[in-house]
Amino acid sequence: MIALLLAQTIAITGGTVYPVSGPKLEHATVLMQNGRIAAVGTNVTIPAGATRIDATGKWVTPGLTDGGGQMGLVEIGAVGGTREAFYQGDSVAAAFNVAEGINPASTLIPVTRMEGVTTTLAAPGGHLISGQAVLIDLDGATVEQMLVKSPVGILADLSESGKDEAGNTRAGVTQRLRQVFRDALDYERRKADFARAQMQALSAHSADLEALLPVLHGQLPLIAVANRKSDIATALRLAREFKLKLILAGGQEGWEVAADIAAAGVPVLIEPLDNIPSYDALGIRYENAALLAKAGVKVVLLETDTHNARNLRQEAGNAVSYGMSWDQALRAVTLSAAEVFGVADRYGSLEPGRVANVVVWSGDPFEFTTAVEHVFIRGREIPLRSRQTDLFERYKTLPPKY
Amino acid sequence: MRNQAFVALAALVAGCASAGGAAHQAEPAAAPSAAGTAAETTSVDRPQYPSTYRRHPNPPVLIRSATIMTAAGQEIPNGSILFKDGRIVAVGTRVQAPSDAVVVDGTGKYVTPGLIDDHSHLGVYAAPGTDAESDGNEATNPVTAEVWAEHSFWPQDPQIPLAIAGGITTIQALPGSANLIGGRSAILKLIPARTVQEMKFPGARYGLKMACGENPKRVYRTRGPSTRMGNMAGYRAAFIQAEQYRFRWEKWNKDHQGDPPQRDLKLESLAEVLRGNIYVQNHCYRADEMAQMIDLGHEFGFKIRSFHHAVESYKIADLLAREGVSVSVWADWWGFKEEAMDGIQQNAALNQQAGGRPLIHSDSPSGIQRLNQEAAKAMYAGQRAGISITRDQALRWITVNPAWALGLDSIVGTLEPGKMADVVVWSGDPFSVYAKALQVYNDGWLVYDRNDPAHRPRTDFELGQVPAPGSDR
Repeated sequence: MIALLLAQTIAITGGTVYPVSGPKLEHATVLMQNGRIAAVGTNVTIPAGATRIDATGKWVTPGLTDGGGQMGLVEIGAVGGTREAFYQGDSVAAAFNVAEGINPASTLIPVTRMEGVTTTLAAPGGHLISGQAVLIDLDGATVEQMLVKSPVGILADLSESGKDEAGNTRAGVTQRLRQVFRDALDYERRKADFARAQMQALSAHSADLEALLPVLHGQLPLIAVANRKSDIATALRLAREFKLKLILAGGQEGWEVAADIAAAGVPVLIEPLDNIPSYDALGIRYENAALLAKAGVKVVLLETDTHNARNLRQEAGNAVSYGMSWDQALRAVTLSAAEVFGVADRYGSLEPGRVANVVVWSGDPFEFTTAVEHVFIRGREIPLRSRQTDLFERYKTLPPKY
Repeated sequence: MRNQAFVALAALVAGCASAGGAAHQAEPAAAPSAAGTAAETTSVDRPQYPSTYRRHPNPPVLIRSATIMTAAGQEIPNGSILFKDGRIVAVGTRVQAPSDAVVVDGTGKYVTPGLIDDHSHLGVYAAPGTDAESDGNEATNPVTAEVWAEHSFWPQDPQIPLAIAGGITTIQALPGSANLIGGRSAILKLIPARTVQEMKFPGARYGLKMACGENPKRVYRTRGPSTRMGNMAGYRAAFIQAEQYRFRWEKWNKDHQGDPPQRDLKLESLAEVLRGNIYVQNHCYRADEMAQMIDLGHEFGFKIRSFHHAVESYKIADLLAREGVSVSVWADWWGFKEEAMDGIQQNAALNQQAGGRPLIHSDSPSGIQRLNQEAAKAMYAGQRAGISITRDQALRWITVNPAWALGLDSIVGTLEPGKMADVVVWSGDPFSVYAKALQVYNDGWLVYDRNDPAHRPRTDFELGQVPAPGSDR
């Protein structure tokens, strides 16, 4: 509520504006009103009383979106009591939605947003079907205020780590998934029989089967973690069989089957700085994001270290270093993410009517030299302050003043 | 952490800290020796696992028209560097090349010393990260000063060429941090080799890995130590034994009365620390614990060479500077456990400001591939907060400062005549996210050339199962 009340009319003037949905505009204005973008262009009339921010010489982009991680779902990695992303028990946890586990007071949120990442995925993990991921803005006193979309997809693990709960074989994973999918459809057709206990035992709880129905009707994406190219092929095969709307996550050997992924129209969530070979992906390499993009695959970038989600821009810079065009990389952390998560009508670009998540940078957002100068989330200017800046202030001269 | 493709799991077993003993390095002529003086290695009477490192023969190299960043105070535009027989011969704007020199056009390029990572688990936690390749923590006893990382090190770890491609020329491969005292480190030239002996930095003294805080007390919760005070008692008990061991050997060496004392590998490593021949490399996060460890050093008369991770070192940067302990830190890691909660991006800069000796380490097969980027983040974070950090200082964080932590700063870490020719040619400013190492020379040998497949080493592991960069499978 406070965030909404404080939203006002703000004009960012004179900067180089990257709307992402169109070509960059020099000396342009971004006008924000009531939490939305009201106008973008070189000829914008600024209402009297608007707060003006001079961005001459600065770069203006949409807030960045991290296409992975567990923001709000983990505070201290090693402290179980602060971890909320892993639902214990069921190997099929499709009904598990992480939203109510999100902690709006997490110290990670200010640390992240003050470096230009305004929106992140909050994803469950573990198991064969991990649960429902949601998309959040990094501002708000309650989960309701933070949520951008819930759910944005249901996660399934087709990588090596999913095997544990499906007979310890890859074929077991796919057979179990097929069984669960068929049971869900069966359950939908025969709910009356189920209620009268006149169905054979199902392969998952009815609540989880119910939760899968939007996925099986192609309304909600299945986010499939798959790295080995054979696992990627399996994910594509399952998507064809069940007419799923598929998003690949990880996709480490994706470059080897880029044409197939492109032909299927399936986007991929990728961590660019990921190149340590494992038996799950011996072909992992830095050029993955670039090669997929070149093949026509829609790529979204992510940073798996939630505490350092702020390093999304370093990930993007390195994606450029290893072959993505700069424009592709910016799109991969803004508009492509919004498109893949189904919110491009509200997020990911600087256009009238879009939610006013806007960042003013001193230069190229991917460069280390660049400082974040202003961050707006839903039109509210975010203080560039976190627990870490508090610690710095306390200790910048020694001894500290307690 | 990055091995979790999409959703990172939280658990992190960091491990570090090894110790080494000086010693009998039978090594090739002309190789400069790090441990200059004859070691007071009184309990060892024979050569131990000597380095067989040999410099690769190669022609002299002149890199010209580049920006030369020396890590010794200079950044020379349009400069040149000449190296020959593994040594830097000249650096400057007017350098003449001998007729047999290979001339590299460095126009638009930057040249730095080879990067040094004083905290790596390459080879001991090799990829793929299976149980079979997990050789970094001898987690069977809280004090395992008797184990040596080189005896775990696998030279065919496919992570090695990745690190070389990031401009790394020297590493300290450390045991993990499960134990109070984890064992000796291996100081290695990062080159393709069949055996670890071929990689051992000639004359380098060992490090001894020690670990504070959460890891040992978690690992040994049921048998102890299970508390931080238990950790301290464990170090003290070990060094009390080591003092006695050292005394027994000194006495015997003096009078040769009776049989020599029985050798004890654990106490030998610790006695070498007491003699100053092995450097303590101490995994320690919290400021208050570092202060305790400094006192431990005072109690037994040794100096800790570097606190590793040291996420809270900025809180006691004055004390650390006064004590002459370097800090090996990350640019921005934090939050993966309680003792890492207070990590801030200005840590390295604040230590520099206090007159300390910060350096950036990786503790990661991913991070080691871009130490330059990590140093850049730490430098700019400091500058943005109003701390004056020069580019030369930030470069020292990943070159000569880690060289100092290993006792090798007179041999490597800067581009100065006489130094070992560990040299990296970058595509642009190494503090830019877009810069990549183009060429890496290790002791004058071109071990990596991004534009020449003949100089892109691949491990046995990769052959036939890992697609070569630029190839299809």
